[in-house]
Amino acid sequence: MDIIQAIVSGVLLGGLYALIGLGMSLIFGIMKLTNLAHGDLMICGTYICMVLAANFTGNIFLALLITIGVMVLLGFIIQNGLVNRVIDKGSGPSLLVTFGISIIIQNLLLQVFGADAQAVPNTFSSSNVISTQYLTISSIYLLNFIVAVGVIVFLSIIMKKTYFGMAIRASSDDATAAELMGVNTKRMYALTFALAMATAAVAGLLVGMTFVFYPSTGTNYLIIAFGVVVIGGLGSLMGTLVGGIILGLAQLLGGYFFGTGWQLVVAYIVLLVILALRPQGLLSKAVRK
Amino acid sequence: MNQDKKILDINNLNVFYGDLQALHDISFHVRRGSITSIIGSNGAGKSTLLNTIMGINKPKSGDINLNGEKINGLQTNKIIARGVSMAPEGSLVFQDLTVKENLLMGAYLPVARKVREETLGKVYELFPILKEKEDQQATFLSGGQRQMLAIARAIMTKPQIILCDEISLGLAPVVVKDIFKKIEDINKEDGTTFVLVEQDVKRSLRHSDYCFVIVKGKIVMEGVSSEFDEAEIMDAFLGMS
Ligand SMILES: Nc1ncnc2c1ncn2[C@@H]1O[C@H](COP(=O)(O)OP(=O)(O)OP(=O)(O)O)[C@@H](O)[C@H]1O
Ligand SMILES: [Mg+2]
Repeated sequence: MDIIQAIVSGVLLGGLYALIGLGMSLIFGIMKLTNLAHGDLMICGTYICMVLAANFTGNIFLALLITIGVMVLLGFIIQNGLVNRVIDKGSGPSLLVTFGISIIIQNLLLQVFGADAQAVPNTFSSSNVISTQYLTISSIYLLNFIVAVGVIVFLSIIMKKTYFGMAIRASSDDATAAELMGVNTKRMYALTFALAMATAAVAGLLVGMTFVFYPSTGTNYLIIAFGVVVIGGLGSLMGTLVGGIILGLAQLLGGYFFGTGWQLVVAYIVLLVILALRPQGLLSKAVRK
Repeated sequence: MNQDKKILDINNLNVFYGDLQALHDISFHVRRGSITSIIGSNGAGKSTLLNTIMGINKPKSGDINLNGEKINGLQTNKIIARGVSMAPEGSLVFQDLTVKENLLMGAYLPVARKVREETLGKVYELFPILKEKEDQQATFLSGGQRQMLAIARAIMTKPQIILCDEISLGLAPVVVKDIFKKIEDINKEDGTTFVLVEQDVKRSLRHSDYCFVIVKGKIVMEGVSSEFDEAEIMDAFLGMS
């Protein structure tokens, strides 16, 4: 593999990683909640999308729209029915709730779908946009990157330009003051979780179109999401894109220089080095208070 | 006193934190269009009282009436919609939001949101410094500017009455004078009623029409501010603590 190839693929893969980490970043940024079920919820979305496309809609995009709806509802219910009840009691209980959700989802998926690897059949993963002697870009990698950037920009606009986004940021900034403006902060948290799950549904479909997956794959993606969020700066949306690209680049360049077996090792050494040098992440604001 | 002159009327309010009783049988009223101050030292229960009016703390017994209608038991957003607003202790501005966004957050509820541009214009006239800094994050404001932002943000909710919790705390005397002057202006121009919670006896008397003294969760004195004897209040503070 050529180094140019490694760089291009790394950046494109990084886009997908960013999208995987986006929902986790949103939830952490707004509620200071580490959602240990993020990877599993995303893979849950992948399965839902797969089943819908194969058995009902016959069309991946229609399946995605329905999946987004289901995931949004699921996210709202998780935050409203479970996490909101314990969120005032410190970070420990909420962490345990998300851990419980993670275990439930993995086991449910195992019961329903079995342990076999699955894939979402599609035309993108078997075609290339560019295919020369020096450089190959597969359609699905390019699609991943474009969609990821699109979703991140869209979400940033919602957060910056709408009253809804402003109220979410205000609730995160000072919950008491937000209540004094008439904001129902717990409702805002539930909507934030719902929004995060919408991004996870999109990420889930793309992951399922790009790679194979099985009931416990969520854990791998949780680790990736975690890396993205930490490198990019906890809670910064644009930072998420940077974090994803760094992680993707580290992985593929690590593979290029040291062999494929070293890909993830190198990626996580980079993560640790960045953590040691800049604990608050690359793009986050300096830690206050 | 004539019933319809009372904008806020509180009777026999008892508030607890667990087993600790923070307010004992508090009764007091605020006349429409007045500046009423509540004086009390550290831990007297001033913030508890204001938070209870806003619906953040729930009273165990007693009632709170706004314009003759009971508001205790309502959710905070309903109470704000009825026309009560607060500039909380420590200002609690949204530090990561810009000054303008902070003000727009004040107009979050539908009634205020509809007229937000108009109110914003008025607020900028009152506080030109906020207009100047509208695109800066509130975290870069000075202490005095933050208090002005907290008051301005409270005005954005279109209130009939604004509760101010120790807006002078930690500010230089000239800045405090400036802020109290603004409050008097707003009170005169719009007829907005103010409740000022303060620790400083002299300043409270000077800037208010009517005054209540709270010691250890009880109202121990009340009267017209200009007729109050400062020394008497100091005695009350010392005698009971
Ligand atoms: N959240 C709380 N939980 C338990 N006790 C509380 C809480 N808030 C206040 N208290 C107690 O209630 C009493 C009244 O407190 P409050 O904050 O209302 O006083 P304050 O007059 O506003 O004082 P300060 O001038 O320091 O702001 C104090 O004894 C305080 O310790
Ligand atoms: Mg107080």
